[in-house]
Amino acid sequence: MSVSLQLAQSLLAILLAPLLMGWVNQCRAWLQGRTAPPITQPYRTLRKLFLKDAVIAHHASPLFRFAPYMIFACMALAAGIVPTIANDLPFSPAADVIALVGIFALARVFLALAAMDIGTAFGSLGARREMLVSFLAEPALLMVFFTASLISQSTELPVIVQTLALQEFAIYPSLAFAAVAFWMISVAENARIPVDNPSTHLELTMIHEAMILEYSARHLALIEWAVALKLFTYSALGIALFLPWGIAAQGDIAALPLALVAMVAKLLIGGAVLAFIETISAKVRLFRAPEFLGTAFLLAVLGMLIHFLLEV
Amino acid sequence: MMATLSLLPPDPVQWAWGIVLFWLVLGFAALLLQGSQHLLTRLVFPLGALGALAIAGVGIAGMLLPASAVILPIGLPDLPFHLRLDALSAFFMVLLGGAAFGITVYASGYFKSMASGPLALLALWYHLFLAGMVTVLLADDAYAFMVAWEVMALSSYFLVTTDHKIPEIRRAGFLYLLIAHVGAVSLLLTFGVLQGGHGDYTFDTMRLAEMTPFWASAAYLLALFGFGAKAGLVPMHVWLPEAHPAAPSPVSALMSGVMLKTAIYGLLRVTFDLLNIQIGWWGTLALALGLITALYGVIFAAVQSDMKRLLAWSSIENIGILLAAFGLTLIFYTDGKGALAALTLTAMLYHALNHAFFKGLLFIGTGSVLHATGVRHMGHLGGLMRFMPWTAWLTLIGALAIAGLPPLNGFVSEWLLLQAFLMTPGLTHPYLNMVIPVAAAIVALAAALAAYVMVKFFGVVFLGQPRDPALHEAHEASWPERLGMLWLAAGCVLLGLFPAQVIAWLAPVVRLLSNQTLVNDGNWLMLAPVSAERASYAPLIFFAVVAVVVLLTYLWVRRVYHGRVRRSDPWDCGYPEQDARMQDSAEGFGQPIRQIFEVFMKVERETPDPFDRKPHYSGASLDKLWFILYEPIARVTNWLSQQAGRLQHGRIQWYLIYSFATLIFLLIFTTR
Repeated sequence: MSVSLQLAQSLLAILLAPLLMGWVNQCRAWLQGRTAPPITQPYRTLRKLFLKDAVIAHHASPLFRFAPYMIFACMALAAGIVPTIANDLPFSPAADVIALVGIFALARVFLALAAMDIGTAFGSLGARREMLVSFLAEPALLMVFFTASLISQSTELPVIVQTLALQEFAIYPSLAFAAVAFWMISVAENARIPVDNPSTHLELTMIHEAMILEYSARHLALIEWAVALKLFTYSALGIALFLPWGIAAQGDIAALPLALVAMVAKLLIGGAVLAFIETISAKVRLFRAPEFLGTAFLLAVLGMLIHFLLEV
Repeated sequence: MMATLSLLPPDPVQWAWGIVLFWLVLGFAALLLQGSQHLLTRLVFPLGALGALAIAGVGIAGMLLPASAVILPIGLPDLPFHLRLDALSAFFMVLLGGAAFGITVYASGYFKSMASGPLALLALWYHLFLAGMVTVLLADDAYAFMVAWEVMALSSYFLVTTDHKIPEIRRAGFLYLLIAHVGAVSLLLTFGVLQGGHGDYTFDTMRLAEMTPFWASAAYLLALFGFGAKAGLVPMHVWLPEAHPAAPSPVSALMSGVMLKTAIYGLLRVTFDLLNIQIGWWGTLALALGLITALYGVIFAAVQSDMKRLLAWSSIENIGILLAAFGLTLIFYTDGKGALAALTLTAMLYHALNHAFFKGLLFIGTGSVLHATGVRHMGHLGGLMRFMPWTAWLTLIGALAIAGLPPLNGFVSEWLLLQAFLMTPGLTHPYLNMVIPVAAAIVALAAALAAYVMVKFFGVVFLGQPRDPALHEAHEASWPERLGMLWLAAGCVLLGLFPAQVIAWLAPVVRLLSNQTLVNDGNWLMLAPVSAERASYAPLIFFAVVAVVVLLTYLWVRRVYHGRVRRSDPWDCGYPEQDARMQDSAEGFGQPIRQIFEVFMKVERETPDPFDRKPHYSGASLDKLWFILYEPIARVTNWLSQQAGRLQHGRIQWYLIYSFATLIFLLIFTTR
């Protein structure tokens, strides 16, 4: 039972993740006064990419062709571990939050290596910048998770969600700090404004796009899909940690439809907020990004200290 | 299982000593075989590798059997060698044998192009080095320990200075020798304190000696300094980035992977076994020093442009992590949290084992690159994955493992350590309670930076386009070299995929030191220290899911997609004159780190003049500690020795007066 629920939830996440991307793009277009593309636009892009001929540089190594599959698999596993609708996931003991950070790191390292494989100036530039952003974002993300796991005495996501959502209501000031930090980290990790801009290819500023310049067709499609999955996973994580109400408890089949509705509503609101924040802020210079992430890191550590001062 | 064990003689310590003798004989036999290069590489090194495998086997048996001891009538008349093999020594013997087997198999291919004369000498030092390290692990009295320690230090000194015609290498060797001996003096003093006035230097007496907290702390601090100098603890680390790159690659691999661990072994032996009491602040000190070392090492690794120097700095980082784990173990242990001490100790031992495998692998990987290209500077490499795929893919496993990525072995020990950091709420000391999870932030930062370093290392050396046309002639490593790398890479994968088994296997060592064992709450494929509710990690499931998704995606893409691939030039962004030199150089890739952490470095830049016809750029990020700590010490030492030099006139009557005055002084001193 729980295995089929797990598979259904993972498959749903994989299939519906581009929809969230479409929704964010749509909201952003509305806010910027443009005509919005349909919400299904990401699927059309994926279809187009899957139909094209792949163009690969002469001296690309097997690593270059293998990396998109690896990145996609990592993101699919990550999406499967985070509780979205149900909290009863047989996969999740395979990897706790620390391993989840490890999955993201594995995907990122493969992307950075693939970017360096062709040996163009842009590829290595993108890889260097990506690793710069991540070496600050990764410990900050771990600190956010640590705050949550100090509260729940566990690094298992289902147990954390169980503690935060399904037990008696309590206010944790530390989580407020962690939530702000988590938002800043997600922005950086998903290559959104103000750290990176997903919709431009401006040489001097791009990070993520610089890494995937050499990819085309099916490989690019897999990476774009993985990007959508990553955005979905981070959103689901944020919801699971900070707004978990409404999620179905273990074995509670009747609560599933309601949990689905709650999840969709939260994702719609979250996507709109993301688009709104992106619209009102500007991208920062690259060397301001460490300051941005340093702030996130400090906020996360502060959250942890507040947990010790106020909540123990 | 038990039946096969009972076939062994009851005391593995004699087996271990037998293998040490075998290595000694092998080393001196190599001298006799000077004429035959063929025999040296085809016979001596493979036999040495078999010895390493046997040592690992003895270690595995030694972990299961009770401790065994033997007294050897060698050395001075009244000072026989006491040898003893307990679970702790046995574990480090497994580490040594496992890593040294791969490295020595590799060495039999690596040294093929070396002239037979120097090679015979090198084989002697190499096997003496191995024998010395095993004897350090076996020693059960201070005398045997110090003799073995010196054999290890001196043989490795001669190995470091194999290319002694190069002045930098002689300089690196001297620095190594100097710091090794400053450390050895400190160890001698440690044992002097530990014997507690009995005058008996066997470890058995030391175990029984009752120490006051003051003298125990003195012994601990001396040991921390002495072993820290060997391990490369900041600020005694300066020899490490000089000496490790100077040595031939298999030797660098042995020094980084194994020799540094003997210092960790010594620290564990003195603190948990020989000393009767442990004090809480010792742990705090070690934790702080370890964190500083880890961060310092990884920052400098990120700005290196010589690939072996980069790996040497990364070893400093890993020693820092080991020491931080050691400190945390002490904190838990002195606080009476035995189960948590067991968890942290397990993480530490696991990481030591992991580091031996992946650092050995990476060092011999650079050895193959060095052989194929003759270049150590990463700025002249690139694109080697096409020419040496075996080396590249095997090195990739090592790089991913050391970057702490699942499902390889580096992640497991990092995961265990982070779990231990999260367990601190519960300590009786409120400040430690609060500060230690923050210390976890530093470990996480060091781990994330290690990923940066490894992307740089692998990306610049193996990926991209060759930065030098000569690289097109690079040849793949020979078969013995590949086998050596394969062994170590397999170790990285297996240690990563089967943590539950490894932890069960580590239990005797952990019980010996902390009187507790780590209970795995998970099943055979799941790691769940403390409880499954609290944390769990199942690398096999992890690996299987990723593999299945990769496979399914691949098949699905193949099915729905026509599969055409067109080859073309890379996209040039409308600027066709791009060449391989426009890729990030090693300096370029490290530039953001240099900019962020410039306070720790002394940066020397040479930028070209705008009218320069042949522009040349060079940049070096030097260790600031060298200038603010070591140079003043060197100046003071020089000044003092000059002052002492005034006493020396070269006239016999003056020297007679000195002797007379000394005698008078001593007489007054003793009769009082």
